[in-house]
Amino acid sequence: MKSMDNKKKKPEFGLLIDYEYCTGCHTCEVACAQEYTHKTGIRGIKVFEVEQTLPNGKEYLTYFPFPTEACLLCPHLTKEGFEPACVKHCMAACMKYGRIEDLAKEVGRKPRMVLWVPR
Amino acid sequence: MADYNVKPRSRDTEIVRSTVWSAGPGCHGTCGVLAHIRKGKLVKIEGDPEHPWNQGRLCARCLAMTQYAYHPDRLTRPLKRTGERGEGKWQEISWDEAYDLIENRMGKIREAFGAESVVFSMGTGRDISSWLCMLAYAYGSPNVMFAMSGNACYSPRIAAVETVLGDYCVPDAAQWLERRYEDPKYRIPKCLVIWGYNIPNTCPDNIFGHWFIDLMKRGAEIICMDPRLTWFSSRAKHWLRLRPGTDGALAMGFLHVIIQEGLYDQRFVEKWTNAPFLVSKDTGKLLRASDITEDGSRENFVVWDSNGDKAVVWDSGKADYISSQPKAALKGTFSVELRDKSRIECRTVWDAFCEEVDKYPLERVEEITRVPKREIRAAARFYAESKPASIHWGLPIDSTPGITPTAQAITALWCLTGNLEIPGGNVVARNAFECVSYALPGAEGVIRLASKEADRKRISVDKYGPFRKFIWRAQTDTVLDQIFTGKPYPVKGLWMQTGNIIAGIGFEPKKWKEAFKKVDFIVAVDLFMTPTTQYADVILPAATFLEKDSVRSWWVPLQSINKAMSVEGCKSDLEINFELAKRFDPNLRWDSVEELFDDILKNSGMTYKELQEKVWALPPEGNSSAPYFRHEKGLLRKDGRPGFSTPSGKMEIYSSLREEWNLEPLPHYEEPPFTAVSRPDLAEKYPLILSTGRRSFAFFNAEHRNIPWLRELDPDPTVEIHPDTARSLGISDGEWVWVENWLDKQKFKAKLTIAVQPQMVMVAHGWWFPEEEGAEPSLFGAWKSNINQLIPMGSQGKDGLGSPLKNLLCKVYKVHA
Repeated sequence: MKSMDNKKKKPEFGLLIDYEYCTGCHTCEVACAQEYTHKTGIRGIKVFEVEQTLPNGKEYLTYFPFPTEACLLCPHLTKEGFEPACVKHCMAACMKYGRIEDLAKEVGRKPRMVLWVPR
Repeated sequence: MADYNVKPRSRDTEIVRSTVWSAGPGCHGTCGVLAHIRKGKLVKIEGDPEHPWNQGRLCARCLAMTQYAYHPDRLTRPLKRTGERGEGKWQEISWDEAYDLIENRMGKIREAFGAESVVFSMGTGRDISSWLCMLAYAYGSPNVMFAMSGNACYSPRIAAVETVLGDYCVPDAAQWLERRYEDPKYRIPKCLVIWGYNIPNTCPDNIFGHWFIDLMKRGAEIICMDPRLTWFSSRAKHWLRLRPGTDGALAMGFLHVIIQEGLYDQRFVEKWTNAPFLVSKDTGKLLRASDITEDGSRENFVVWDSNGDKAVVWDSGKADYISSQPKAALKGTFSVELRDKSRIECRTVWDAFCEEVDKYPLERVEEITRVPKREIRAAARFYAESKPASIHWGLPIDSTPGITPTAQAITALWCLTGNLEIPGGNVVARNAFECVSYALPGAEGVIRLASKEADRKRISVDKYGPFRKFIWRAQTDTVLDQIFTGKPYPVKGLWMQTGNIIAGIGFEPKKWKEAFKKVDFIVAVDLFMTPTTQYADVILPAATFLEKDSVRSWWVPLQSINKAMSVEGCKSDLEINFELAKRFDPNLRWDSVEELFDDILKNSGMTYKELQEKVWALPPEGNSSAPYFRHEKGLLRKDGRPGFSTPSGKMEIYSSLREEWNLEPLPHYEEPPFTAVSRPDLAEKYPLILSTGRRSFAFFNAEHRNIPWLRELDPDPTVEIHPDTARSLGISDGEWVWVENWLDKQKFKAKLTIAVQPQMVMVAHGWWFPEEEGAEPSLFGAWKSNINQLIPMGSQGKDGLGSPLKNLLCKVYKVHA
């Protein structure tokens, strides 16, 4: 275990996503594609849709943005004090970039949150 | 937070601040952007964090601008047709040759048939409407056309609200205030009604869809009227899942609850509406001062003073009573002496209004809308008891020939509940600083026809009241008919800009194709070849919003669009139209585009150069284009008196204009023409409700199918089918199916989803395939998955407005049985 910890740098930063407010607009995906001029099919973040009828009979639509293996958290932007491209452009302003320990404190603030730590 | 404006990411990059409008993202825009330009080329685009509209955010379509602007298929040279129309044979020509050719051909048409025989057509107007009007009017034609049947996108709603209120209203999301939600004047709505709108997708109506999410985060609760499961309906406190096309009945049901339970604002009704006006029981018409005295004006109305037990005249011109302030009766029957000394029985407008509303008990509304009455009652109470509460409505309101009475009912909701012109309610939307470029409903623009005389020839102006009063367009269905009949005069030329009639905006598009072939000369202005441009004689390559200078004054803020880059060979719509306007009208009022901008901006006290420095400016409090309580402050009328710019100066719950046009003056419900209720014969053969027009977050109507980053998000034309319905039809997810009705059948990919109810399908619109052959018969695949082939032309309402595109009938079956 110890040797692995030494080899891999411990992650410091992550994304806190308040998926209650993700509307599925896919802005984060195209913001990412533009930032890295990704080809079609490559995205550092992808929005998924879950559509279901809940046990109480209510139909419900949930979207959640998922940082993929291609997500680098835009270090070229963050080191200059800018937000990652997806966070900056999110139309619902439902994503936050920060230090994992700071975001972890916020994750319990309200329900329907997820803290992602990409690769 | 880093400073976006002074700190470009690299030394050789310049950042240009500008405003989004039209070509590019396609929407009505208004977002502030930062364009990163390196060696004259756009390398990246971002939302401007200092812009109060979008506050740094930017949608997928705008973020794809690099792919859009430098797309290999962009038109960059004027083209002249060399083969037959639709054959796809073109020759590149220079701009001068193109201008000369157009001047010559259109000049000859004008000489032989009159300027009115050329129709200037657009799709969603955006930053082209003004310039299209400028060209049409310089040429001398009053015939500017929005090419959708029943002009059924937004103009009908605007005209309906103008009819009863003298102005248009939008939900107040603090867009007038620089500090937005933090401004102390503003109040977060307790209740937001999202009426037939999935507005986070594409921000279609000059409103930023995600403001409503901002407001929800700050405590606003939602009532959602939508047949479909959407993000909003999932999260609504009350989701009213109505049958498509029955919005009018639902609104009447809301009014029923509100009036029956006394949930309206009595003070507003008495003081600001025409509720106390008298209506003759004999004629069923409003009593006018000319009916009761010799010298009385037809423009003035009559109330009953319960203090003096006598009729008293309301002076519409002064928006006040002629003599002392009466205690105007709201209810009751009164015997009024006419000028010939005979007497008639009159009742109040309020009584007539309540009687109409009484026709909609919730049992009946449930039967029409299929929404349980318990839910309607609960939602209506929640709306009426929340202060402030705000209503935002979408295209479904226009999607019925009964648009105007529907919009009248909804307008009555926000007025009678006292939510008009209050912070967080519904507030009047006017052009910033009253800078009006072209005539939208209700406004006279800087750009106008040389004479009122020239407007008399506008197609359908004699037929439809709203087209005489507010809508300075030709009625679209009438234009299409006139192309075929040539009566009362022939249509010889067509100028098509910002619209793709065949694949996007035209219903029964094969009729439009035939119409194109009947017209002598067609010019198309576009950024890409489309199925529609194939029928032009000349195509002119237009520019994106990043490649032009322009002004924008539609509501707020007042904005400049600042040229950030150029694409060789392309010109902006404005440049193109200005050049030709000068050629067609040697007396054009402006010598340069900048002079035109300065003229438009006159009321702001700023020149174009000054505005460009600021990029955007919000009107200050006290300006008639800034809220709140303007009807009380006298900011809505030209004479500065309190009241509204309606014929009576009141908010007219009983419309005097509709009465004059021989249309029902009161709000009510009209069943759309092709439903299982109105046409059970058709429903037997076509049992499913066919609805279309839902927005895709990736596309703006027929645009963007060629932008890889966007097409990837929404690759195929889909039909949403409920899993139970699909099972009964043997259809599986992702399978190609036919959607068919009495007009045609088209192919779509089945998307099995609980978003729609079992009896309804929702079909994607605007589909064509830029990757396929452009020439006929393929026409970029425009005849394969084009739902407009199933939507009839000519089903507009009695006032020329509305079209039943969301409440038709169809059947669905497997392509490979």
